[in-house]
Amino acid sequence: MSITTEAMSVKDKLRKRLATSTAISGKIQGLQETAFAALENQELPTTRDEYWKYTRITPFLKKDFIPGQPETTVDPISYQIEGLDCYSLVFVNGVYSEKLSDLPSGDTLQLRPFSEMTVAEIAAQKNHLGQLAEFETQIFTALNTAYATDGSFVSLKAGTVLEKPLHLVYVQIGNQTGIQTRNLLVFETNSQATIIESHQSLGGVEALTNTVSEIVVAANANIDHYLLQYIGDNSAYVGSTNVIQENDSQYSLTTLTLRGRMVRNNTNVQVNGTGCFTQLNGIYLTKGKQHVDNHTLVDHLQQHCNSSELYKGIMDEQSTGVFNGKVFVRQAAQKTNAFQSNQNILLSDDATVNSKPELEIYADDVKCSHGSTTGQLDEEAIYYLRTRGIGEAAARRLMVQAFVSDVVNQIKVEPLRQKIEQHIAHRYEGLS
Amino acid sequence: MLSIKNLQAGIEEKAIIKGLNLEVKAGEVHAIMGPNGSGKSTLASVLAGREDYEVTGGSVTFEGADLLELAPEERAAEGLFLAFQYPVEIPGVSNINFLRTAINEIRAYKKLDPMSAKDFLKMVRERSKLVELDGGLANRSVNEGFSGGEKKRNEIFQMAMLEPKLSILDETDSGLDIDALRIVAKGVNTLKSEKTASIVITHYQRLLDHIIPDFVHVMYNGRIVKSGTKELALELEAKGYDWIKEELTEAV
Repeated sequence: MSITTEAMSVKDKLRKRLATSTAISGKIQGLQETAFAALENQELPTTRDEYWKYTRITPFLKKDFIPGQPETTVDPISYQIEGLDCYSLVFVNGVYSEKLSDLPSGDTLQLRPFSEMTVAEIAAQKNHLGQLAEFETQIFTALNTAYATDGSFVSLKAGTVLEKPLHLVYVQIGNQTGIQTRNLLVFETNSQATIIESHQSLGGVEALTNTVSEIVVAANANIDHYLLQYIGDNSAYVGSTNVIQENDSQYSLTTLTLRGRMVRNNTNVQVNGTGCFTQLNGIYLTKGKQHVDNHTLVDHLQQHCNSSELYKGIMDEQSTGVFNGKVFVRQAAQKTNAFQSNQNILLSDDATVNSKPELEIYADDVKCSHGSTTGQLDEEAIYYLRTRGIGEAAARRLMVQAFVSDVVNQIKVEPLRQKIEQHIAHRYEGLS
Repeated sequence: MLSIKNLQAGIEEKAIIKGLNLEVKAGEVHAIMGPNGSGKSTLASVLAGREDYEVTGGSVTFEGADLLELAPEERAAEGLFLAFQYPVEIPGVSNINFLRTAINEIRAYKKLDPMSAKDFLKMVRERSKLVELDGGLANRSVNEGFSGGEKKRNEIFQMAMLEPKLSILDETDSGLDIDALRIVAKGVNTLKSEKTASIVITHYQRLLDHIIPDFVHVMYNGRIVKSGTKELALELEAKGYDWIKEELTEAV
């Protein structure tokens, strides 16, 4: 079993490289020890693991990663979203930058980096931290739980409405940087917020990001979450977003993957309340040898909930897209409406997509649908546009814009929507 | 304006147009009639530049230029318009965005500045009235969820917006009720001028009660086999096409 030996050594090397003495989990009794044990019990995934069947991650884990040092010369213009008036928590190579961040103060809200919290403050989060993100079977989550030293802590007390969007900025500069960030977002009853989480490469190559978020959406809270990914062309990213929803809450996540050599998103939502609404949308645009994998799980545990999932991918050149969407409707979750759709356009004969929508229903009074389509741009429509005087390149660009428009148009943060529209218009300017 | 000489074209080795001649001058309306499979729609597609069809012989000159050398978008920019028999639905592209892109691409081709948003919207308001197209349809995706009549009216609306020199209407009347037919015909007649010309392809004489042709041609087996004035259309309506086929057989 030479493969296992090799994976073991990659794991040990990775662990050694990312090990730290100031882990967040070290401040909660027993948590780090449990994560260590989970790490011992697991190996890095291979494509023989069903959960990683189409994504070969190990080759991206072999570098001599260096946990990042704060970079002092980051120009905010390089990561800001033009025209967006927002609060921000900024991390450079995984390290908090107070200078670049812009935070409100108030009695009913906390927006802070873990690195500025006391041991007692972190220990007070023991009911949440490490509770939603499953690490017994998820080795990357175990690695993050064991060693992550910083990340965003967001706490909104009952009834608090965050007036401006909060931009959680994770920028990466420098070569072979190893970044592990950990986020905990706790939204109490009736709170409301818009969170934009962006992971952006500002240069540098062969970086690795392994990030984990735990998000608690309490009763009647209303949360819009955008995950913007602009990872380096030679860099890898593994992210896990773990959400629990209570009664009558709304949670929406829009994952926008615009760049990155290897991107894996694990999104897990436990709909553990009645009357909830869950929306997971995504756009992934790939080219070259890029590989983007979205794994989603929506677990309907209680009745009268609606969930909607729409992921759209455009794959060019030799790139690959993967979508695996699982919806569970448990026996108690009567009157669930669950909708799931994955649609893909292949712009090249060499591009690939692996799409697997899955539905497991144990209740008998539900409405669920799922579907997956993959195709090329509609040549008949392109001909029609051309007969109206629109050149071929412009016609193809229009068709691409049209394809993603139903996701783009649901982006409620206007400057972000414009940024995405501009990116798409520019990116597909010269299609032929 | 348009001069077709001995045109031969087909698809995948199969000849469909077999030596077709047609002269269209500014200010004229030509109707082309003929039984199914005679090559009428193929002619429209070849003129618009559909790449599935191969031209194997003959020539087409449009306003002095070799039409067959031009890409579909260049033909449109030179002033040729095809109203589709089956307009294509394009989800996600709004009618407005589509037309604005089309107009500005054509203007760029002619080395003109883009039309201002104000002028464009004014034009949309005026021209959509011409075909009684509801303002809401302009903001919807191109043809998506439109009824058959709405699609055909949308074709004429596009024609009104793009102001072509030569319009080819490919069975625009098929499947229309009489009210929709009147609206379509009114649109075409309003846009008619001494500088423009139309080719109206139809199965049914009914349309020609509303759009009066200067010439009527009968197409059969890839050729124009008989030409006349509007009375020919009435004769075809009354007698069908068999007598023309018989005439041809006798001539051979």
